[in-house]
Amino acid sequence: MTKLVAAAKQEGTLNVIALPNDWANYGTIIKTFTTKYGIKVNSIAPSDSSAQEVTQIEQKKGTSLAADVLDVGGSVATASTSLFAPYKVATWDSIPAGLKDPSGLYTGDYGGYMSVGYNSTKFGTITSLSQLLGKAFKSAVALNGNPTEANAALNGVMMANLAEGGTAGNIADGVNFFHKLKTAGNYVPVQATPATIKAGTTPVVFNWDYLNTAAVVGQPASTWKVFIPSNATLGGFYYQAINKQAPHPAAARLWEEYLFSQTADGGQNLWLQGGARPSEQVAMTSNGTIDKTAASALPPVVGTPIFLTEAQATAAATYLAANWAKAVS
Amino acid sequence: MAAAITTETGAWVGTVPFLAYTGVFLLLPTGIVVWNAFKGNTGHWTFANISALNTGLVRSAFTGSLELCVISSLIGAVLGALLAYAVASGNPDGVVRRLYLAGSGVLAQFGGVTLAFAFLAAIGPTSGFYFHAPWFYDFPWGIAVIYCYFQIPLMTLVFLPAIDGLRAQWREAAESLGGSTWQYWRHVGAPLLAPAFIGATLLLFANALSAFATIEAWEDQISYVVPQSISTSLISEVGLANVHEGDALAFGMIVLVVIVMSGYFLLQRRAARWQR
Repeated sequence: MTKLVAAAKQEGTLNVIALPNDWANYGTIIKTFTTKYGIKVNSIAPSDSSAQEVTQIEQKKGTSLAADVLDVGGSVATASTSLFAPYKVATWDSIPAGLKDPSGLYTGDYGGYMSVGYNSTKFGTITSLSQLLGKAFKSAVALNGNPTEANAALNGVMMANLAEGGTAGNIADGVNFFHKLKTAGNYVPVQATPATIKAGTTPVVFNWDYLNTAAVVGQPASTWKVFIPSNATLGGFYYQAINKQAPHPAAARLWEEYLFSQTADGGQNLWLQGGARPSEQVAMTSNGTIDKTAASALPPVVGTPIFLTEAQATAAATYLAANWAKAVS
Repeated sequence: MAAAITTETGAWVGTVPFLAYTGVFLLLPTGIVVWNAFKGNTGHWTFANISALNTGLVRSAFTGSLELCVISSLIGAVLGALLAYAVASGNPDGVVRRLYLAGSGVLAQFGGVTLAFAFLAAIGPTSGFYFHAPWFYDFPWGIAVIYCYFQIPLMTLVFLPAIDGLRAQWREAAESLGGSTWQYWRHVGAPLLAPAFIGATLLLFANALSAFATIEAWEDQISYVVPQSISTSLISEVGLANVHEGDALAFGMIVLVVIVMSGYFLLQRRAARWQR
């Protein structure tokens, strides 16, 4: 570890990509890393998608501009392993087996559950998704992105699907739910951002719970609530991977060690403070390293969590490609 | 003789920046897009991307683009032309005309996320006057209304010179021969203005065709038009990305633009005869 720190300091720089400052506390995480190790972090294209991350490392291959490390969704991670270098962090054993590639090509870092964030002054308390079809929700309900493009949006439709009694292998009921929303005049196709929430255009947003917190959307905690349906507890994780041709290989590995570190100022606890659920949460709860205040502030989850398999995610994407636009236009 | 050659060379040198600029920023990217449209993911030549253009999804994207462009360019052209006529019949050196032209110059460039958000602020629930009707989100009419915010001013700007080109003497000539206002417009004004009007409408059409940021901010969750489908093929993280299919879609748009702009230049050449 001492040698790794020295080698990383020698390189002096780390290129990260597609990490928005207000996404899962990444702003603080990057700042803390720089303060701790004196390594400059180059944040490339913060709002890019997982697919664009992979395109970037292919296009900038062999240059000092390529991203050293990636934070990508499951389908992109499994499809791009030929570009990754295997690496097992020191805390490898604390990460559940289902969240990592056995050889360390990609490793689950943090995740969350699909949720409905909403303005409770306007709508009272939401206790089920079917409420959203009612008259009170005229022009109110939005997704975070286009489900044929963004993972978060696809999972939003899948959450509705599970709540409507559909199975993870067939997203048709979810698409039908949005068709009913559209017919009722309740669906808003505008890109949901803190600005549209502030303007009142998207007062109900389907998104990962860590992106739906009052702090992230810039609303007072007293009027912005987050609801995770008990009959549709849909989880999703992001994955860390190291670019095989990283221009700063040591800094890249030090960054991974830092992200998976269980210390108070390590990545795992900082993600937790941002409302995301770190992959080592279970291990950290039992060994007592977890930030208890942050853990208890997470929205409660009562149902049995469901995680989409690759095959289920692909089936959902294929169905959406053919049916989504028709259903909601 | 020597002097003549120098002048000719000098004239050529002057065009270098322009040719280099269009070469690097227009011809080269176009070439790359067309080239890649015929490449597969493993680098081999293929027609698969082009034949993928004939699927239901792609057809509906092109239909969506055509609907939106036709509606927004026709509304923009008619209203913009009427406004241009109103401006032209005012004092040519007046404050109103200058203000109007300056305003149109700004609004013709007003698009993208800014426009979408300005519209939200204007009609949204926090605006005070509440007409936040769901149909504003409908395609194509809702978004076409928003496109008119830049289409109408652009039409005014490009159509005004044509109206200014109508000489007062022609009208006087028609009147002195006993022609009515209707006859003047039917036999003199309309035929003179028609090429310019159709040409400007085609320009608006091309303008709407390539607009992406406005519709993407407004209808982010649904792909209605070709530029949005191209975006999906580039950025989809759920497994639907296919860069070469995006190139093929872009190639389809290039073909469409070439057709429209050829029409524009032909009509423009005819229209220019009357404006000399």
